[in-house]
Amino acid sequence: MSSHATQSIGTDTRTVDFRIWRGNVEGGGFQNYAVEVADGMVVLDCVHKIQAEQANDLACRWNCKAGKCGSCSAEINGKPALMCMTRMDLLPVGEPVTIEPMQAFPIIRDLVTDVSWNYEVKKKIKPFKPRKPDNADGTWTVYQEDVERSQEFRKCIECFLCQDVCHVLRDHHKHSEFIGPRLLVFTAALEMNPLDTENRLADLKNRDGIGYCNITKCCTKVCPEHITITDNAIIPLKERVVDEFYDPITRLMRIFRPR
Amino acid sequence: MSRSSLALPQVRGFLQTNRKDLWWLQPAATLVGLLAFIVYSTWAAFQGAHYFTGGPTAPFSQHLLSPFYSPVLWDASGLESGHAWFGSQPIWWPVGLLFSPALFILPFPGLFRFTCYYYRGAYYKAFLGDPVSCAVGEPAMRGDNYRGEQKFPLVLQNVHRYALYIAIVFIFFLAWDAYASLWFTGDDGLNHFGVSVGSLVLTMNVVLLSGYTFGCHCWRHLVGGKHDCMSCSKMRHDAYKGVSWLNTRHMLFAWMSLFGVGFSDLYVRLCSMGVWTDWRIIG
Repeated sequence: MSSHATQSIGTDTRTVDFRIWRGNVEGGGFQNYAVEVADGMVVLDCVHKIQAEQANDLACRWNCKAGKCGSCSAEINGKPALMCMTRMDLLPVGEPVTIEPMQAFPIIRDLVTDVSWNYEVKKKIKPFKPRKPDNADGTWTVYQEDVERSQEFRKCIECFLCQDVCHVLRDHHKHSEFIGPRLLVFTAALEMNPLDTENRLADLKNRDGIGYCNITKCCTKVCPEHITITDNAIIPLKERVVDEFYDPITRLMRIFRPR
Repeated sequence: MSRSSLALPQVRGFLQTNRKDLWWLQPAATLVGLLAFIVYSTWAAFQGAHYFTGGPTAPFSQHLLSPFYSPVLWDASGLESGHAWFGSQPIWWPVGLLFSPALFILPFPGLFRFTCYYYRGAYYKAFLGDPVSCAVGEPAMRGDNYRGEQKFPLVLQNVHRYALYIAIVFIFFLAWDAYASLWFTGDDGLNHFGVSVGSLVLTMNVVLLSGYTFGCHCWRHLVGGKHDCMSCSKMRHDAYKGVSWLNTRHMLFAWMSLFGVGFSDLYVRLCSMGVWTDWRIIG
């Protein structure tokens, strides 16, 4: 049993200063709160404590408190992270903890942002289009090695931290030309599915702007589900786009051996 | 909501961030590491001397050849390494223009590394600040003009797989050099098997470069990643898994092989200059 498990929660407390961004679409700023923090607390616990004791109107989105719903995304000490999965004992001691909303999406209020853009873009991606069933009873035969890659991508909890940290959206505001890592992962799960017959490569190159990704791997670093977004999803899609549009040899081969 | 009508927060200024960790350390280390290699390799490439030990007295007796110069198409003027395919400096080489055998070689592995997916991400951060580090503000001038690899000139990075093809050929040349370094001409005029420190250095160089080259994202795609059906070929699936193992360590091999190839040149150079002695371990 680990040493953490044997500690009783609340036996050792310390006061931590928080700087929390308060405001709305018209503007705002950081406000300071001092919180008694006990062993085992996560950042979301502290935000709830502030809500309960000091700022009843502090807005924050949360649900499962277990790192599975993807609701409590924010920026903690400048890094995109889930508030419910960021332990207080892993943050620098003796310094104020900064919490602010995600920067790549419009502010609604305080720590809550409007992430509906992601859902709108997702609707435009061509949906799953399976081949004819393999078996007479209308089912398909699929082997584990064929779905391993997609299974990694299906772990996504849609917290949109990867979208938030991606500089193409965050700093360059290319929302109209680039769908971002989350939706590239979604597309990769479809494209690599052996049952799927749809071709999304032209959309990836033109409408979805996969070329805007310059492989910073920031999305991979912040993913709470540890999905290897860049290496396993985005770069393989980039290579498929190269096959389709940039590589003269593969283009020539398609003349003699069409799909 | 329209994708282009979002009321987004104001973009932060250059280097602005609320991060409290040492976010600048990795790009700074990348900058120093890559600059050091670029400066040394450029200097070494233009030397046109001390790129081999031994001489042309017998096959395999040349012993060590710098990977920056391998394969040698033409020897530098006045030198006879025994490795040159076409003899000495070509007569068509413009008079007054500095000649070095490495100038025909280094652009190819250079292109492979320049277009490598790992290095791209690393030098975009370290050299272009695009971004300097994750969640750190970029130079304001770029702003909405950002083109990434979507448009010219960086769309040309898609040439990477062709650079890979050439890099694979180079692995065979370097493996041959490592093999040749295991043979020594004895007093009887015959070649005898042996191992020197230089043999180990050149062998280490090939192993590290192979780990880097065969962990390439393009190679991973070509050996199996481009197919949706992995169960259709066990060989394909096994190859994909093997390359994926290397690919997860691509950054590690990228740096180790960069250091390895630079050190190999330095080792051969110092042995050739007589500063170091290539100690024989076996044979």
